[in-house]
Amino acid sequence: MRREQVSRYGQAASSVTPLQDLRGSITPSALHFERHHAGIPEIDPSEHRLLVDGLVDRPLVFTMDEIERLPAVTHIYFVECSGNTRVKWAPAQPDTDAQTAFGMTSCSEWTGVPLSVLLREAGVRSEGRWLVAEGADACRMTRSVPLEKAMDDALIAFGQNGEALRPAQGYPLRLLIPGWEGNTSIKWLRRIQVVDQPYMTREETSKYTDLMPNGEARQFTFVMDAKSVITRPSGGQRLASPGFYQISGLAWSGRGRVRRVEVSTDGGRTWVQAQLQDPVLPRAHTRFRFDWTWDGTEITLASRCIDEAGNVQPTRDALIAARGTQSSYHNNAIQGWKIRPDGRVENVDV
Amino acid sequence: MFDGRGRLVLGVALATILGTPALGTAQVPTGLGRTATPEEIGAWGAIIGPNGEGLPEGRATAAEGKALYDQRCARCHGVSGNEGPDDRLVGGRGTLASNQPQKTVGSYWPKAPTLWDYVNRAMPFDQPGLLTSDEVYGIVAYVLYLNDIIGEQDPIDAGTLPAVEMPNRGGFVADPRPDIGAAALPRP
Repeated sequence: MRREQVSRYGQAASSVTPLQDLRGSITPSALHFERHHAGIPEIDPSEHRLLVDGLVDRPLVFTMDEIERLPAVTHIYFVECSGNTRVKWAPAQPDTDAQTAFGMTSCSEWTGVPLSVLLREAGVRSEGRWLVAEGADACRMTRSVPLEKAMDDALIAFGQNGEALRPAQGYPLRLLIPGWEGNTSIKWLRRIQVVDQPYMTREETSKYTDLMPNGEARQFTFVMDAKSVITRPSGGQRLASPGFYQISGLAWSGRGRVRRVEVSTDGGRTWVQAQLQDPVLPRAHTRFRFDWTWDGTEITLASRCIDEAGNVQPTRDALIAARGTQSSYHNNAIQGWKIRPDGRVENVDV
Repeated sequence: MFDGRGRLVLGVALATILGTPALGTAQVPTGLGRTATPEEIGAWGAIIGPNGEGLPEGRATAAEGKALYDQRCARCHGVSGNEGPDDRLVGGRGTLASNQPQKTVGSYWPKAPTLWDYVNRAMPFDQPGLLTSDEVYGIVAYVLYLNDIIGEQDPIDAGTLPAVEMPNRGGFVADPRPDIGAAALPRP
């Protein structure tokens, strides 16, 4: 295994999914957004090993061949970076498009082994409360995850949309923590260590914490909240003429299924229920559609997601009233798109 | 019928006895994987806990760490630790409640052992894993010293580092969400 460092200036540190060009609910693997903390390692799968250790009865080492022999499952889940939509903490810029503002969410069919299977193989001791997951990238990225979530629906995934993981998505093995901020789904997974407390790693203290106006920071803000965005029409596009259009977009929630999506054609004053495309799956992108005729006047479109836990996607004003403007992460504000009389679509706050 | 460790796989056995098709569900443990030896686990490297769990032997002062910081760290973090171009390590105290918060080791990081863990696992950015334990202790001590948290001659080791009181150690709270409008339901 090469622990290779790549210059941050020699290789794009990130890429974002072109949501405005997607049609269904699945993100093609090559278009999955990419974020990494110290480059993309080159790993020979025949040499890759996963260690499960710490507060376990039997510390175990697995080869990739052995991991692929374990009982596997396939599930559809979104992965969203907690910094997705962070531009919305600042006032809207007219030229911002859906990809720029919302493109750090993607949805895939993941295949792998439930983490609970692996932990039962090793036998978690009664003192075990959390685990630390460690990646094989140059910075050995680490995050602490509560054991309860690990035993619930977390996967160690080796398949994505019917093929092996792409290198930028953690080839040959990654953690997949459904509905939680993307950086907890440690890529290039090399170790699961069961511990008795959160380990307060650099990523979960100095980085992925949400600073409030009083100077305190929220920590372990894992779940990605109810969110939606209209992708057609969206920023940078142009409606050719007045007439019929089907408004379409994506909705998702880390707290379960999307229960309802509502669309406004008057800047958020009134809301009408949109159609949801089956299957509506927990912690997965859900496509919504709304038939609409544009009369050629200047109007603002918006969408809001209501999830099965009853959470309602908030306005930007409501978010800022509760959290100020310096918390960086977890912005799930309602997105507005203004249609100009000439058909141009611009980013606006609603 | 038998798994890799010689156990009877019950689901298959029962189905065979009752004459109904078996649902091919797994029996755990499967016996896959190999027991890791203490030497192997050691070779994976330590993950340092918030109270210094796993800190190795070694010791250094800020004075001893300065030369290596200047050589290996200053190019990205600045000679005084607060001029960048990359993450600011020094300064920023009193700014967290402002509109321009500066989140540095001195102003923001709650636990000193985290700094040891991260320098050891991820730094220097172009050659992670390069530093010896003594060198990591020295660089950690120097960054803490630049933040006026310890003295220049204070020895930093597995005993003293967890006892360092970080200025923002009380600055973190649990996630209170849902916290917005209609979603901000009373917590039980």
